[in-house]
Amino acid sequence: MTHTNKNQFVHDMHLFSQVTLMPEEAEDMWHTYNLLQVGDSLRASTIRKVQTESQTGSVGSSRVRTTLTLCVETIDFDSQACQLRVKGTNLEENQYVKMGAYHTIELELNRKFTLAKKSWDSVVLDRIEQACDATQKADVAAVVMQEGLANLVLVTPAMTLLRAKVELTIPRKRRGSCTQHEKALERFYEAVMQAILRHINFDVVKCFLVASPGFVRDQFMTYLFKEAVRQDNKVLLENRPKFILVHSSSGHKYSLKEILSDPTVTSRLSDTKASGEVKALEDFYKMLQHEPDRAFYGLAHVERATEALAIDTLLISDNLFRHQDVATRSRYVRLVDNVRDNGGNVRIFSSLHVSGEQLTQLSGVAAILRFPIADLSEPEDSSSDED
Amino acid sequence: MSRHRNVRGYNYDEDFEDDDMYGQSVEDDCCISPATANQFIYSRQERQAPKEEPLEEEEYEDEDVPMSPTISHNLNPLDQAKSRDAPHNKVDSEIVPKVARMTVSGKKQTMGFEVPSMGENGVVTALLRRGGSPEDATASSEATTKRPGTPSKGSNGDEPSTVPTPGRSSGKARQSINIKAELEKRQGGKPLLNLVVIGHVDAGKSTLMGHLLYLLGNVNKRTMHKYEQESKKAGKASFAYAWVLDETGEERDRGVTMDVGMTKFETNSKVVTLMDAPGHKDFIPNMITGAAQADVAVLVVDASRGEFEAGFEAGGQTREHALLVRSLGVTQLAVAVNKMDQVNWQQERFQDITSKLGHFLKQAGFKDSDVFYIPTSGLSGENLTARSSVSELTSWFSGPSLLEQIDGFKAPQRSIDKPFRLCVSDVFKDQGSGFCVTGKIEAGYIQTGDRILAMPPNETCTVKGITMHDEALDWAAAGDHVSLTVTGMDIIKINVGCVFCDPKEPVKVCTRFRARVLLFNIEVPITQGFPVLLHYQTVSEPATIRKLISVLHKSSGEVLKKKPKCLSKGMNAIVEVQTQRPVSLELYKDYKELGRFMLRYVGSTIAAGVVTEVK
Repeated sequence: MTHTNKNQFVHDMHLFSQVTLMPEEAEDMWHTYNLLQVGDSLRASTIRKVQTESQTGSVGSSRVRTTLTLCVETIDFDSQACQLRVKGTNLEENQYVKMGAYHTIELELNRKFTLAKKSWDSVVLDRIEQACDATQKADVAAVVMQEGLANLVLVTPAMTLLRAKVELTIPRKRRGSCTQHEKALERFYEAVMQAILRHINFDVVKCFLVASPGFVRDQFMTYLFKEAVRQDNKVLLENRPKFILVHSSSGHKYSLKEILSDPTVTSRLSDTKASGEVKALEDFYKMLQHEPDRAFYGLAHVERATEALAIDTLLISDNLFRHQDVATRSRYVRLVDNVRDNGGNVRIFSSLHVSGEQLTQLSGVAAILRFPIADLSEPEDSSSDED
Repeated sequence: MSRHRNVRGYNYDEDFEDDDMYGQSVEDDCCISPATANQFIYSRQERQAPKEEPLEEEEYEDEDVPMSPTISHNLNPLDQAKSRDAPHNKVDSEIVPKVARMTVSGKKQTMGFEVPSMGENGVVTALLRRGGSPEDATASSEATTKRPGTPSKGSNGDEPSTVPTPGRSSGKARQSINIKAELEKRQGGKPLLNLVVIGHVDAGKSTLMGHLLYLLGNVNKRTMHKYEQESKKAGKASFAYAWVLDETGEERDRGVTMDVGMTKFETNSKVVTLMDAPGHKDFIPNMITGAAQADVAVLVVDASRGEFEAGFEAGGQTREHALLVRSLGVTQLAVAVNKMDQVNWQQERFQDITSKLGHFLKQAGFKDSDVFYIPTSGLSGENLTARSSVSELTSWFSGPSLLEQIDGFKAPQRSIDKPFRLCVSDVFKDQGSGFCVTGKIEAGYIQTGDRILAMPPNETCTVKGITMHDEALDWAAAGDHVSLTVTGMDIIKINVGCVFCDPKEPVKVCTRFRARVLLFNIEVPITQGFPVLLHYQTVSEPATIRKLISVLHKSSGEVLKKKPKCLSKGMNAIVEVQTQRPVSLELYKDYKELGRFMLRYVGSTIAAGVVTEVK
């Protein structure tokens, strides 16, 4: 994402409380999704269907490109296609759209938009900084598989996108005939290979991890390159060095956590945000194991710990900041600010990553403390359990 | 019309010799097609609501069986039963077997006649008596005259003397009497035992069992010779015996067992279904599938210096496998201390291993009286089938050989009375239409032609054939490891982990359930939202721990703490588990074997549990 007129940023903030950004890639859509709140004003270029009535009375409709300013009411994010659609009412006079009329803007890549908010808190500013940061652009593709199941994912700094899932029942070996087993395996590898060719853009991807328990990955790699040679598939053959074989314990999506923290992987890649999050969560669990009084989770407990100025590291999931009513959101923001003010670290987990999903299950907020606090025996706030 | 008659494939050998009426199809007598007949001719036989049979069954069934015009829809399951198996049907007791049996070419025609000849005859003659009652018109005469042929094939004195009334319940009750009696008579009175072989990787499980099978004669010399030569060529000469059980190319190349290898052998007093489990950590899910179906286990440990210690320490599989089988309900265990020839049959080594293992197994929950230790050598074959003759061993060991010990296991009680349950462990397409599912019958019994329900897809289908160890059967009961050929359902819907059950008493399906779990030695504490892998029978499904409800005291079971923050090792707790997709399972108190499950995380087992409540 680029911020047009960065020098103007501070100036803009004070004068107009608005910022102009241009999303450059899919991930920027995700960042924008996290920035938008109900009630903000969004100005962007969009297409509107306009009814024209000619003198003779015949009605025709045409599509017109115009710039609209909306007061945001609904926000939708499609994680598979990374599309962001914003619905709202018109705020500014426009020759095609009446004031107060509804419109849905679909934000497009490489087109500027201007976002104005009533109040800008630290979390939002952080996110803009992060989004405009050009350094973190590592894209890792991975396939975790086991016999009969394969998950193909794309891991970006802020998102883990499931690109394809291949599931096939593979007959087991039986006394006397293993041909069915082997044939089904071949079909399975073929399906995974097709999925890779279709969904992975090798220009963007820095490296490709193949993970599995047992020997599935070795078998798969032999198959893949045998087919690549046979079909003379240049894409695969050129990108061969990008493939890394890693061990995982299963073919399910959460095994991604294991492979991202695998030492062979981390040495190959510079520390990606995703692996950093995994490590932070691991640290939390280790602390919970060894010194349970220094590891808390759940909003009530963590807030109490903040009051005691005890938090060393705060782990919080970004879905807590999304589209909440102002009161709840400001509660979380206050939490974050408090921890920062007291010299603690705050890690905001992206809820699309596997580690973020796990943190969300764990109520979304967790903390590692500097010193132990006696275990609070009050019952956990059960509202976070219900789903 | 001639489509309905398989003239070309008609196997006259299968005819009952004395029967003149055999071979005449109904269409000779009347000139309407069976379909028309079904529609327009009223059948007094009809007592139940018409069932819709999917059309695809018509394809191959129509050609072989001339249908009696008075039987309508219920014939289709009958057809399938007929075309494969013995000339009788047991599908719905109200349907009288009046269909003339014609065999389809290419199918195993000899199937129904050999193995369970006693069973089939018993049922047939019983049905014959029912068929005698003049309930049906035209074609029944033909069928009933056929019947006298069958009792001539053999006699089974076990006939219920009461003339059965034409009612469904009594019919079924009569069938079940037969099943139980058959079960006792089967295979000359030898009970069935399911054995799983477990142990650390490279302990010698496959070699031990392969050699045992060879010594018992289940593998003929030529095949063995072939394996020896090929393995030598591949550079794996010592794996020759293991190749009996490891059949896939991958397994032979790498010298490891990757999936459970299944076979059968007989001892003096038992028929044993053998399951050779993989020892590698990565293949534990496969091993769990095998162990879940087992009644007894053989734990193989390597006696060589250093190897035993490697297997026995925290990261090795000896411990994990023993804990897993114990948690899955196995109580009897034979420990084969293998590779004793490498340590020259030293007694102190044996004692050393025995005491260490004994201590651990006792902690795991095995009773000392149910654990037996046997020194063996898989490669040389000592002390496997016969008492050893090696002097170094006989000087201090006088216990039974491995085979004798397996013979000495007590076969467990099978719950035949409970509703039918079969957990699918494999699905594949075999010849013919329909497909095959393999699995162990956990409870109840099944006959060809029965309708069964598959959960969670919630679809019914019909059993066309039953096979056990490559022999066809007409019925099977709890404890048998069978392969069912079913029709009437799409193969896509069934995958490993489905449960086939009795349509009247289906198995529960849910995504959320409550369970009591016992945590093993884990490093990471379990919190809410913890992602685990649920292993239940043959299913392996990702799940999360939704709620930690309470912690219980280990022995007394009283609640120690409600809503704990996290669970650490050794705790006994009640938790709520949610799976990603619906799973069919039973409560522990209803079915002991079907109520257990395991939880794994990142390649190690973290907990074993029993299902207490389904939501």
